[in-house]
Amino acid sequence: MHYEAPIREPLIIGDKSYHDITVEVARPIETKAPRIWWFAFSLALLLFLWGIGCILYTIGEGIGTWGLNKTVGWAWDITNFVWWVGIGHAGTLISAVLLLFRQKWRMAINRSAEAMTIFSVVQAALFPGIHMGRLWLGWYVFPFPNQYGSLWVNFNSPLLWDVFAISTYFSVSLVFWYVGLVPDFAMIRDRAINPVQKHIYKILSFGWGGKAKHWQRFEELSLVLAGLATPLVLSVHTIVSMDFATSVIPGWHTTIFPPYFVAGAIFSGFAMVQTLLLIVRKMYKMEHYITLQHIEMMNIVIMLTGSIVGVAYITELFMAWYSGVEYEQYAFLNRATGPYWWAYWSMMTCNVFSPQFMWFKKLRTNLIFTFIISIVVNIGMWFERFVIIVTSLHRDYLPSSWSMFSPSFVDIGIFLGTIGFFFVLFLLYTRTFPVIAQAELKTILKSSGEYYKKEQKDHGEH
Amino acid sequence: MFQFTSKAKTFSYILILVGLVSWVAGYVLNNSHEADSGNHTEVVAHTENTAHDAHELDMAHGHATAHGDGINHETQINNRPWSALMVNSFFFLALGLGTLFFLAVQYAAQAGWALGLTRVMEAIALFMPIPLIVIIVLIVLGQLHVHHLWHWMDPELYIEGGEHYDSIIAGKQGYLNFGFFLARAIIYLVGWTYAARWFRKNSLKEDEVGGDVYYKKNFKMGAIFLVFYGVTSSTSAWDFIMSIDTHWFSTLFGWYTFAGIFVTSIAGLTMLTIYLKGQGYMEWINENHLQDLGKFMFAFSVFWTYLWFSQFMLIWYANIPEEVTYYMQRFGEYKLLFFTMVAMNFVMPILIIMSRDSKRISGLLIFAGVFVLAGHWLDHYIMIMPGTVGSHYGFGLLEIGPFLFYFGLFILVVFRNLAKAPLLQKNHPMIKESEYFHQ
Repeated sequence: MHYEAPIREPLIIGDKSYHDITVEVARPIETKAPRIWWFAFSLALLLFLWGIGCILYTIGEGIGTWGLNKTVGWAWDITNFVWWVGIGHAGTLISAVLLLFRQKWRMAINRSAEAMTIFSVVQAALFPGIHMGRLWLGWYVFPFPNQYGSLWVNFNSPLLWDVFAISTYFSVSLVFWYVGLVPDFAMIRDRAINPVQKHIYKILSFGWGGKAKHWQRFEELSLVLAGLATPLVLSVHTIVSMDFATSVIPGWHTTIFPPYFVAGAIFSGFAMVQTLLLIVRKMYKMEHYITLQHIEMMNIVIMLTGSIVGVAYITELFMAWYSGVEYEQYAFLNRATGPYWWAYWSMMTCNVFSPQFMWFKKLRTNLIFTFIISIVVNIGMWFERFVIIVTSLHRDYLPSSWSMFSPSFVDIGIFLGTIGFFFVLFLLYTRTFPVIAQAELKTILKSSGEYYKKEQKDHGEH
Repeated sequence: MFQFTSKAKTFSYILILVGLVSWVAGYVLNNSHEADSGNHTEVVAHTENTAHDAHELDMAHGHATAHGDGINHETQINNRPWSALMVNSFFFLALGLGTLFFLAVQYAAQAGWALGLTRVMEAIALFMPIPLIVIIVLIVLGQLHVHHLWHWMDPELYIEGGEHYDSIIAGKQGYLNFGFFLARAIIYLVGWTYAARWFRKNSLKEDEVGGDVYYKKNFKMGAIFLVFYGVTSSTSAWDFIMSIDTHWFSTLFGWYTFAGIFVTSIAGLTMLTIYLKGQGYMEWINENHLQDLGKFMFAFSVFWTYLWFSQFMLIWYANIPEEVTYYMQRFGEYKLLFFTMVAMNFVMPILIIMSRDSKRISGLLIFAGVFVLAGHWLDHYIMIMPGTVGSHYGFGLLEIGPFLFYFGLFILVVFRNLAKAPLLQKNHPMIKESEYFHQ
């Protein structure tokens, strides 16, 4: 059996039995939604509807309704795209990379983090889709044999690699998420009283019977998917970064982009997981499973990745000077002191300075402070993408082309709409899906549960 | 307790001696060849076309490959003994430094499984200052113009209006000047050595005292060291290696070098552990621990390749003269070595230790480890040589000598360290996790 040192903190608080875990995880699905849920859902739905309105307006009127201009031809939409893709990273990281590193605390949070991944990739995919203009021809991004002469996608373009990377990422994440859900859906099915509900979960759980053979196949598949998902964590944001870094625009073309984008993505993803789980934990009283230690761990990951991003910022700044290339030097000087200085310094403050508070145990175990920082980081990571994209473009090589970007109400509306859409999906998920991977969590109850750890301490180690 | 046998000791002395003699002999031979300004005995791969293209680019854009017009053939030949010493110094620095990093990570991450290996890690980490001191000596010798490894040390580059004035390098003077450069090297030496000795001291004290005082102390020091190393790993790579090709720059270079350092040290640690097991020591280490080391070796080989590809592909794709000259030179005179190196560091680990079962077989780990070590030695070679000796590179006494010298010294110092303390630390609150570890 797995041995765990007594010095390690328990991951499940209180004297829980397997049945307690079942009941408490199934509760949000089996009971009526709390009032706060309805409130949050209505608000999210409203934003979503507003977003749909703005999208329809864009499609009807054209991209001219956005704030883009000839010099800044990429701005708000791509910022949002990268922001949402980045947020999606934490789910895969938690389910695959933390699995490889045997971090058992991932079990309380992986389900929701993976759900977040799926929902945020959906938001991300919207933006290029709309920006390309004719949404109904969106499938042109895929290479397919056709009768239009040699009408092929441009295989040399990182934008195409992005299509491949993100669609692969989405499919693997979805399958990974779903495979983990099967035993948990079966648990809901077995407990359901309402025949309609029972039938739905019966379909969803693929006839799971909990036999030894089922578990063996389940575990084997999980391992294979984890192996596939790990390089995907790196590849997706690497290729997003190449959308910029392969070009010869000062501030975009820099070799550190791939790993730095990945670190930033994990950073923002964990911040979003933190935001969501603090809400879930409170709304559904999951404090015994999503413990203070879980929150502390995530804060440490946020601090670590925030610092890595910080090192990358400083490296870029230093290299711009060191390179002796005047365009590079100007690009960074302009970022820090030009007309968009406020965006640059918001980014620096939110992403590099604010996570440093997490060095203090008092602060990283303070829920309200953690919640605030998680929001601050998300704002900062949005600004990071804005800074990279807009400040590099708005000063063209030709000074006569210099211009500024400001978003139109449609830009803002679509962004708010995706936030609404995201929360609509997430809130629906918390009512219909088990938000904690209970089958997996049960495997560590006897080695990491508080009650069992105490027993072990009182009665010797074996 | 580990016994440093007299046989092993003699072996290490012989290696040191042979290494020294080879290098000195190589030095003498090299200098005598210098007279006729050509080198006929060495393998010289020289692709005229590419070198010519690169030169044209230099002219057109004022961004030379490392030493466009700064270095003549004579200087390049003269550099070779020192370049060869630098390649080996950096390689052995990587072995110690990467292990120190890995040790700090174990403490900071509160990992349990690797605690049975800490004594081996400490012993290797304590070797780190030696090659670093040699590098510092090389820096001083460079300033004294004994050799010309770091092009920016040439004072003529900074004389405005002078024949050799180089405005780009002059612009970097705030960072690349002897005083600051030496100061940084000394800061690395002091900081890293301090951390290595601290971890060693505390783990020995923990053996005596017990409790979780040292556990907490090491946790804190682990975190502090990682912050310090997070900055110095990049700056040291810029200093020691990137500044050789003084005009060239790449923001990823620091992390790329770090990945190489890390995977080198994991291969070294794995092979030394297997050797010790083979000698009948460390019975608490079994195939489960080896599998984890194998995972690190495999995963970080892939990670290294990822960074290699990111740096290479972005520069190749953008194809701007400020950057691409670096790879043009490596594509010209070093093409075969360049691709062999990537194959050794990427393809071989994939072929040998990708599967679970092969990571649990000592022989296969050593087989993969040899490729990884040789591959990263070659990577350092390709990072350092083109900027210092250009086409006048080779593999002879000069390259093998310092390797044997350091290898002997490595055995001498690391085995001595191993013999000084029990091979298994006790009293660490998680040590049993390593003992009962299985997967």
